Amino acid sequence: MTLVEESPALATETKPMAMVAALNSALDIAMAADDKIVMLGEDIADPNGGVLKISKGLSTKYGTDRVRATPIAETAIVGAAVGLALGGYRPLAEIMFMDFTTVCIDQIVNHAAKLRYMSGGHTPVPLTIHTAVGTRRYGAQHAQNLEAWFMHIPGMKVVIPSGPKDAKGLLAACLADDDPCLFIEHIDIAFTPKEDVPVGEYVVPLGQANIVRRGDDVTVITYGRQVATAAAVAAELAEQGTSVEVIDLRTLVPLDIECVLNSVERTRRAVVVHDAHTFAGPGAELASEITEQLFGDLLAPVLRVGAGSSPIPFASSMSFHPTADDLRRAVLQVMGR
Amino acid sequence: MAAAATHVAESHESTDPSPEVLREMYRLMRIITGASNRASGEVRAGGLASAFYPVRGLVSTYRSLGDAIAKGASLRRVVAELYGRSDGVCGGKGGPMHLHDVDAGFVTSTGIVGSGAPIAVGLAIAAQLDGEGRAVISTFGDGATSIGAVHEALNMAALWRLPVVFVCQNNQWGEHTPLAQYAANPNLAERARSYSMNAVQVDGFDPIATYRVLDDALSRARAGGGPTFVEALTYRLTGHSGSADYSYVPRDELEAALQRDPAPAFRTWLLGHGASEQELTELDAAVDAEVADAFDFAMASPLPSPDLRYVDVFADRKVVPLT
Repeated sequence: MTLVEESPALATETKPMAMVAALNSALDIAMAADDKIVMLGEDIADPNGGVLKISKGLSTKYGTDRVRATPIAETAIVGAAVGLALGGYRPLAEIMFMDFTTVCIDQIVNHAAKLRYMSGGHTPVPLTIHTAVGTRRYGAQHAQNLEAWFMHIPGMKVVIPSGPKDAKGLLAACLADDDPCLFIEHIDIAFTPKEDVPVGEYVVPLGQANIVRRGDDVTVITYGRQVATAAAVAAELAEQGTSVEVIDLRTLVPLDIECVLNSVERTRRAVVVHDAHTFAGPGAELASEITEQLFGDLLAPVLRVGAGSSPIPFASSMSFHPTADDLRRAVLQVMGR
Repeated sequence: MAAAATHVAESHESTDPSPEVLREMYRLMRIITGASNRASGEVRAGGLASAFYPVRGLVSTYRSLGDAIAKGASLRRVVAELYGRSDGVCGGKGGPMHLHDVDAGFVTSTGIVGSGAPIAVGLAIAAQLDGEGRAVISTFGDGATSIGAVHEALNMAALWRLPVVFVCQNNQWGEHTPLAQYAANPNLAERARSYSMNAVQVDGFDPIATYRVLDDALSRARAGGGPTFVEALTYRLTGHSGSADYSYVPRDELEAALQRDPAPAFRTWLLGHGASEQELTELDAAVDAEVADAFDFAMASPLPSPDLRYVDVFADRKVVPLT
């Protein structure tokens, strides 16, 4: 028996952590508990510890066989991770920026996502792909939210945490999951803010949305970085008499549509906000689902707030990702104000 | 049979196949030929060289019937999969391009040219981490050597001295384009050697030479000596797909290749090396019966229930959206 099992107090001990530290903690705990967990990725070994440092210290602790720095070869990274999964391991492949998933999309879409199905269930692929996306000014090839692509592929799970505590619990769930999971870390919230995160083992099940704030007039559905924006807008609008419920989806696949529908059935108004493009984005699927299920209950059309349909511009004069103002306008619009 | 290899690896201890292995090789070749000839749309040449692999783990291509049979997959269940039947190795969901038999060590096959090589590299990392002296084989055709995935895989395998053998069956044609028209350097082994790995060419129509080269390569891999690239030089004896026009292939080249078709040539060789006509005739009859039985089994197997459509998308069916 371990000390943790005997002491609930220790099991719930928390420490302020940023998202990268929380992910490092999840990896450390998982690798200590299961020697089948191995990591592959560019620059992930010490002293670098990965571009966002989530694997800092792990190659020193678990060896470079289990935390392998690879050539710059995304197809081979994900392909080898698929092979490791077929060989009885639970690999985590790191793809430095989400845009680079385009380089290895064959291995993700045609192999990781389909091998369980195509083999009649004989070749499951328990693989986690960790990648990052952000709004910083890196230009059009280092900042695009492509999660809708992967939602579109049967067999892939898609996970985007909104803060350090969920990030730790959701990554632990991905590492233990028997399906391929794409875990998307948003760089803007990777290093700040910090949050109290359980020090020991902590798991957030995939497919359970989190109601961040209760409200009665409008449901705002979002995930990742935009959760904080939505919570701030909701707090501000509450003072002006509009009660906004904020749902953090946490995972886009599995999609907790029950949570969304239960909320909108009550509030009768919905806005979806995300950093991905509005056109054919995750919000289109959510708006459609809500409309199909609750058409007679809705007091206003479901609105989508997302990025416009241009490549991501570099110049600071050109806004791109949705802002609090954009969300506020949409909420007031569905309220008829 | 005369080995027509341009050059063969310096063999540490080249093992000649025993009489029992020779007969098994012949039997497998006959089954593959027989099953391929009967299966609609399958190309016969695809799997011939692969009959000789003494392998532990295999990743194959979309022409994997030969590899599957050579690796010991159930003939009945493989043939049932060719027709999408419920008793197929994939329960009918994979079809002829996605054969596998995990229990037999035939891990997976892919319909995307060259994509199996990185997956084989991952299996080889697993084998290296396991430390049990296992090796992995990745099979593909000459056409796959044009795609980046294969080159990323070759580099990674050599970099980490992984226990993997890349078997490139060079039949001189990438779909409808001859090798010399799509490769600036048509010596595929030489290109692999540039990644600092052991690389050899062998006459892929010569079962015994091929056996020796593969046996050497696998021994080296298991002993920690790193990967080998084997270029098995063959010639495609039919069109790229069953119904395709084959008139673009130079007549003299094809005639010369057909003369060397290992299916009849190996039989003649065996007769000159201790096998009796009666023995081989009995073996042929047994193979014909086994193939006929497999096709009867496949045709009698029901199509899978449409209710299974959403099973095995994920581990948990409840996760599948909009069913």
